[in-house]
Amino acid sequence: MATSSKDNIHTISVYVANKPGVLVRCAQVFARRAYNIDALVVSPGLNPKYSRMTITASGDPAILDQIIKQTAKLIDVLHVFEHTSTDAVDREYALMKVKVKSPASKAAIKKLIKNRAHVLDDSEGALILGQSGTTEECDVLEAQLNKYGIIEMVRSGKLVMARGKEPT
Amino acid sequence: MLLCGFFKFEKSGSDFTMTVKKAKSKKKTVAKVKELTGAEALVKCLEDFGVEYIWGLSGGAAIPIFDALVGSKIKLVLVRHEQGATHIADGYARATGKPGVVLVTSGPGATNTVTGIMTANMDSIPMIVLTGQTISPMLGKDAFQESDIFGITMPVVKHSYLVKKTNDIPRVIKEAFHITNTGRPGPVLIDLPKDITSAPFTGKSLNPSMDLPGYKIASKGNLSDIKKMAKMFKGAKRPLLLVGHGAVLSRAGDAVAKLARKLNSPVTNTLLGKGEFPETDPLSLGMLGMHGTAYANKALTRCDVICSIGSRWDDRINGDTKKFCVGAKKLHIDIDPAEIKKIVQPDASCVGDARLIVEELVKFVEPCDTKEWLDECKFYKKEFPLKFDNKKGLTAQYVLHELQNLTKGKAIISTDVGQHQMWSAQFNFSIKGQKWLSSGGAGTMGYGFPAALGAQFGCPKDLVVAVVGDGGFQMTLCELATMAINKLPVKVLILDNKYLGMVRQWQELFFDNRYSGVDLEGNPDFIKLADAYGIKGVHIDKVSQVNKRLKEAIDYKGPVVIHAEILKEDNVFPMIPAGKSAYEMIIEPPTTKLEKPTGST
Repeated sequence: MATSSKDNIHTISVYVANKPGVLVRCAQVFARRAYNIDALVVSPGLNPKYSRMTITASGDPAILDQIIKQTAKLIDVLHVFEHTSTDAVDREYALMKVKVKSPASKAAIKKLIKNRAHVLDDSEGALILGQSGTTEECDVLEAQLNKYGIIEMVRSGKLVMARGKEPT
Repeated sequence: MLLCGFFKFEKSGSDFTMTVKKAKSKKKTVAKVKELTGAEALVKCLEDFGVEYIWGLSGGAAIPIFDALVGSKIKLVLVRHEQGATHIADGYARATGKPGVVLVTSGPGATNTVTGIMTANMDSIPMIVLTGQTISPMLGKDAFQESDIFGITMPVVKHSYLVKKTNDIPRVIKEAFHITNTGRPGPVLIDLPKDITSAPFTGKSLNPSMDLPGYKIASKGNLSDIKKMAKMFKGAKRPLLLVGHGAVLSRAGDAVAKLARKLNSPVTNTLLGKGEFPETDPLSLGMLGMHGTAYANKALTRCDVICSIGSRWDDRINGDTKKFCVGAKKLHIDIDPAEIKKIVQPDASCVGDARLIVEELVKFVEPCDTKEWLDECKFYKKEFPLKFDNKKGLTAQYVLHELQNLTKGKAIISTDVGQHQMWSAQFNFSIKGQKWLSSGGAGTMGYGFPAALGAQFGCPKDLVVAVVGDGGFQMTLCELATMAINKLPVKVLILDNKYLGMVRQWQELFFDNRYSGVDLEGNPDFIKLADAYGIKGVHIDKVSQVNKRLKEAIDYKGPVVIHAEILKEDNVFPMIPAGKSAYEMIIEPPTTKLEKPTGST
């Protein structure tokens, strides 16, 4: 995940025509300017002719303006917006596979995650937990579960939606 | 297969669905015509777009398309190397404003076009590149002559397609022609698997509607932006107009001239902006930048308002952005919103077509009091003229100066890349846009000669001169065959200094004369080479021969190779070292060693 400072992390929503190669074209704009893509979610839009890409990227904010313009210029891109928590809501989903060493530690884990995550799988020696929340909430739980030993983690990356009637 | 019975074409456009009347039942049924293959539909679409020429080189995966061209009104020109095809198409596009069309096969045929596509993309040139591809079921399986050209070219095209359905061909072609030459032009690549071009076309129309929901074209500028720009000129004492390639592409010349005269402003141009505002005009300072005129660069350091009309403040004119036009208000007109603030932070800007914006801007500006400024520019012109002397031997500058005397800026000049390119830009004044063809952004050696052929295809009545170096010419000289076969009366002027001169110049000035990889030992006898293709050769190696032999070549009705052997070690001045500002311009040859440049090239 992100290695850069929090100030330099940006959430960008790209609305694209669902055509072959559009993902690579967008990714190339970021790569060419040495911008790291930390997370990327692509899903069909309300109208399946279009797709939504939510990109979490880190790098110099001065370069981002240029990257947004160069992405918007791509033929298959309808629009590009950078979103912040003031103009949009965001959530992500995290799956965490945590080591279970004893019945006592299982109970402790379950207590720890109460109201924050669900147990999706309870197998011998490991629990799979699912959490939906803000990136920060997922980060916090991840840190807390670390002491039990996280075997694997899969995170969806940020999903973002503009507040009010504004388009995302 | 043809259908039996009586049929007729429906009238609507090029919709060729046929109505079949069965003789016995007299019942009308509509049947799709199966007589066209995908390739034939493709060629028909190209014909409908008025394509005159296709430059290409055949190969297995493209055979159906080459087959469909038999009997077409489009003239297929067989080149000798695919890179040549792209540069020819590029030259045609620059000289005519119409997109050039290239057709090659898959694999190496396709990859050989990459340099030409990149060259066109860097300079915003409209071009359609059709590549054959292996059959769809074999895609991604390392089939013979398979290359992922769609993926390889993605960073160097304006847009690209990998066609997966035969019936998509007309839409893809229509979109490609729309995209390539609207907004900021650029190359479009269409990859066509062989099974797709071989299969029957069963679509309803050869003129379907486009599906480009994300493609936005800026045309007219925002009026308030234009008014804001106009205000910036108010009270200016030293305005300067900077004409770039965007002005040529939008044919903004007349509007620029009106603006310059109303403002009483001098005008400078980039390498690719040559000619759109005549370089012979008293208000013109010629080309600025790394090897621009000293007077243009002096003006750049002194102006109080600079207005770029379709130039992207490239590093050839702006090596050090911190010291670029210090204190001057910077105005930027560009059709591409991504160019605004990319290099220079403008005080005012307007996105749209250069011609439309300048036409509007003229209405809102007021004349500036520039008498002193124009006198100052005149002083620079007098004090720091372009110069050369033939004391040490025949110089390229002299040959080009004589070429200028003979052509008076009326010829189409296509250059290669290097010292000769800069000297030609300095000494061959352009008086009209679309007459100067040069690889500016990419700096592609090997461009000049094939591009000249393209210009001659497009403008058969014009005098076309290819000014090339001995290095670059050898990169694409196989197109001598294309020139000879098609009887293109291009005059190829090889300025032969037996070096890769520009790099040699850098090694002399910045690297203690440590020449490395620049000696072109083993050059062929260019006259014999021309003769081998049945092309007339003219040799020049003395100052006294230049005028007469150039005239002889120009007057000859057919292709000519002019081999001019020039001074081996000569340098292009003025020079702004890479990464430096115009304040640090070197006008005379330096007597001390220079520090290594901080800029790239």
